[in-house]
Amino acid sequence: MSEMTINLKIWRQKNEDDPGRFEEYKLPGVNEHMSFLEMLDVLNEKLIKEDKDPVEFDYDCREGICGSCNLVINGRAHGPKHKTAVCQLHMRTYNDGDTIVIEPPRAAAFPVIRDLVVDRTAFDRIIEAGGYVSVKTGAAPEANLIPVPREISEESFDYATCIGCGACVAACPNSSAALFTGAKIAHLNLLPQGTPEREKRTLAMVEQMEKEGFGDCSNYAECEAVCPVGISISSIAQMRKDYMKAVF
Amino acid sequence: MKLDPKIPSGPLEEKWEKHLNDIKLVSPNNKRKHKIIVVGTGLAGASAAASLAELGYNVLTFNIMDSARRAHSIAAQGGINAAKNYQNDGDSVWRLFYDTIKGGDYRSREANVYRLAQNSNLIIDQCVAQGVPFGREYGGLLDNRSFGGAQVSRTFYSRGQTGQQLLLGAYQAMMKEVHSGKIKDYPRQEMLDLVVVDGVARGIITRNLVTGEIQKWEADAVVLCTGGYGNVFYLSTNAKNSNATAMWRCHKRGAAFANPCFVQIHPTCIPVSGDYQSKLTLMSESLRNDGRVWVPRKKGDKRPANEIPEDERYYYLEERYPSFGNLVPRDVASRNAKLVTDDGLGVGDTGLAVYLDFRDAIKRDGIEVIRAKYGNLFDMYENITDENPYETPMRIFPAVHYTMGGLWVDYDLMSNIPGLFVAGEANYSDHGANRLGASALMQGLSDGYFIVPYTIGDYLADADLPKVDTGHDAFKEAADASSGLLDKLLAVKGDKTIIEFHRELGKILWDKVGISRSKEGLESAIKEIRELREEFWQNVKVPGEANYYNKYLEYASRLADYFELAELMALDALDRNESCGCHLRDEYQTEEGEAIRNDKDYAFVSAWEFVDVNGKLETKLHKEPLEFEFVEMKQRSYK
Repeated sequence: MSEMTINLKIWRQKNEDDPGRFEEYKLPGVNEHMSFLEMLDVLNEKLIKEDKDPVEFDYDCREGICGSCNLVINGRAHGPKHKTAVCQLHMRTYNDGDTIVIEPPRAAAFPVIRDLVVDRTAFDRIIEAGGYVSVKTGAAPEANLIPVPREISEESFDYATCIGCGACVAACPNSSAALFTGAKIAHLNLLPQGTPEREKRTLAMVEQMEKEGFGDCSNYAECEAVCPVGISISSIAQMRKDYMKAVF
Repeated sequence: MKLDPKIPSGPLEEKWEKHLNDIKLVSPNNKRKHKIIVVGTGLAGASAAASLAELGYNVLTFNIMDSARRAHSIAAQGGINAAKNYQNDGDSVWRLFYDTIKGGDYRSREANVYRLAQNSNLIIDQCVAQGVPFGREYGGLLDNRSFGGAQVSRTFYSRGQTGQQLLLGAYQAMMKEVHSGKIKDYPRQEMLDLVVVDGVARGIITRNLVTGEIQKWEADAVVLCTGGYGNVFYLSTNAKNSNATAMWRCHKRGAAFANPCFVQIHPTCIPVSGDYQSKLTLMSESLRNDGRVWVPRKKGDKRPANEIPEDERYYYLEERYPSFGNLVPRDVASRNAKLVTDDGLGVGDTGLAVYLDFRDAIKRDGIEVIRAKYGNLFDMYENITDENPYETPMRIFPAVHYTMGGLWVDYDLMSNIPGLFVAGEANYSDHGANRLGASALMQGLSDGYFIVPYTIGDYLADADLPKVDTGHDAFKEAADASSGLLDKLLAVKGDKTIIEFHRELGKILWDKVGISRSKEGLESAIKEIRELREEFWQNVKVPGEANYYNKYLEYASRLADYFELAELMALDALDRNESCGCHLRDEYQTEEGEAIRNDKDYAFVSAWEFVDVNGKLETKLHKEPLEFEFVEMKQRSYK
């Protein structure tokens, strides 16, 4: 098993008001089986021992499902591996002596909290605007009273798999949240359960998305390319179709 | 300390309904005057918060992540059980109840478990109405699978990401109430203490994780939904931020901690690859429906798996347990993996792994069928290990996964501190000494949607709650204690990192308070934990300061609690002179390694009262006897 030395160039920023800057670190002893975030853990152990501030970054499940991690690596959200969240990226992707640039996802709607940690509560507010079916606890009919054709259920499911990481926003030249918003709209609007609120939901979520300062979608499709779970931009088409229906 | 389980009288089937008819209601006018704090927004917390808000209460929600949607419930893969009997295979509420209480090795309350089975069907209805995309058949109706040792197909699933879809359903229900104004949501806030006024829970202290500010919050009741404590082991399948701090601090304020030694070790996880390893990844046990578990018959057989002929493969689960085979419960599968690796039959570089092989299933059903069932899990495995499980068997090994122990609660899910309710994995309530697959999601949602919202009303209707605000001395004392602890950690300025300490603590627990335990091992674990705890307070190095975002400071404060909890776990394991469920004491097993339960002396819930930590943890043990009126306690046999 070979060990690598990796050159890291990492964005450091003390808080939202600090202008921030890149700092460089040389990290020896990187093992190919380490995940990318484990490599950062090892860097932080080294920094702590040298009495330097560790690098702050968001993470939780480290299994690619919680959507916490959201680093931009060499300019690409979640790094080079297709349909892979950064916590599932392994160092075997890199070679000895490589230089890796790590930044937070940059968008006006995602202010930096510290280093690579950003505030993504704008996403919560988009869901809050209408990303649900208004059913109260206890008011549900028996589950099999609502048959859903399997194809519809599966298509809806494809959109429901969004992990809310924000890579789509980071990758978009307009910092648009259309993929995130479209995915939730498509998930719910395709289902019979979501139909009664379809128009209201679509209008409210789209309006909130604009209010949060996300840009418009211009069909670059960069979002789909970086999405760790492969959400299709057809969700954006669904959102637009439902939006037009709701407006006219 | 008074521990009254308050189980309603009457026939098992009627207890909950009778209780619902008996409990007091709070009028809509009065609900609006009550403020309830919900800490943790996973399945239990988000569902409780949404339901309480719908009823008209004012709810404050707190979680340590950047959004409620990140809670660790999201990582559950396999599914959620319900007694719908859609498959016409003879399932019923009784059978789900019976399997759960038997699976827990008769160390849980009949009444609680029966209610869980009753609520299971309501949960499925609720989630479907929310738009949770469960797997469906071509006719458009819901599909089920058999899971984790059940002989009926009662598990509802959403591909390999059931937890994610259920959590998003509960999170969305919660955001609906944020929109309505009934919930105020506070992400990136960590609960550091419970505020108890005149013996009653009246609020919490939090640290704003962005600014570092210590904040005080008052309420009429607190619902703790902060998950389990598996991360005490350092390596586990739990998400990295899952921790025991909220529950431990409640324990230190007087809440009894029940059955702390009951820890589930999941048999199908990806093995450890090196020291840098930060967590372990679970592979859903649905894989055991089609995968066959084996090791080479010969010690030190280093041939690649595919070159080992059939008669030199030891399918140890199939041989030892012919009727259940690869589908034995988790504790049995984990223990057997340890037995074969202890015998030197383990595979892979470390020898700490066994094979899970799909060769025969692929031959029988075709690769496309297997891909459709497990494609995402196979991809995940390949991504982590760089090996293709369609061609070569997976390597798996047990890992800490779930903690059945937790804060003691009565039938209403209230702890022994009035006003402090505990739901989901944080309570000890339903799983006894071992949890069956696909029942964690069920319990979290049963507690949150269908129990706490009613029982909290019963408490509030009767409680004498004089007005208390955050200016009260109890709030000041608790806030000062919280910030004092952080200052103390920062002041140590030692040489050893937090991770180094945690890794050492985890190793002690894994070796001596893990899959199997012995008197001798537990006594030495207690000694080692104390020594390491002392060293921690002398020599830990915590970077940075308290007045900004500082994840390592959060971590250090959680580790300080783990050092105390770890000792309690070992004490509890030492006190329980029997083997039951996940708790295997070497001294109490048959020659074949099967657990020997002692119902005469140990059919009780151990509920520990915290006294103090002065070098050693000072505690008092209380026992809640478990009475079995409706089922006969049998020795579990999966032969």
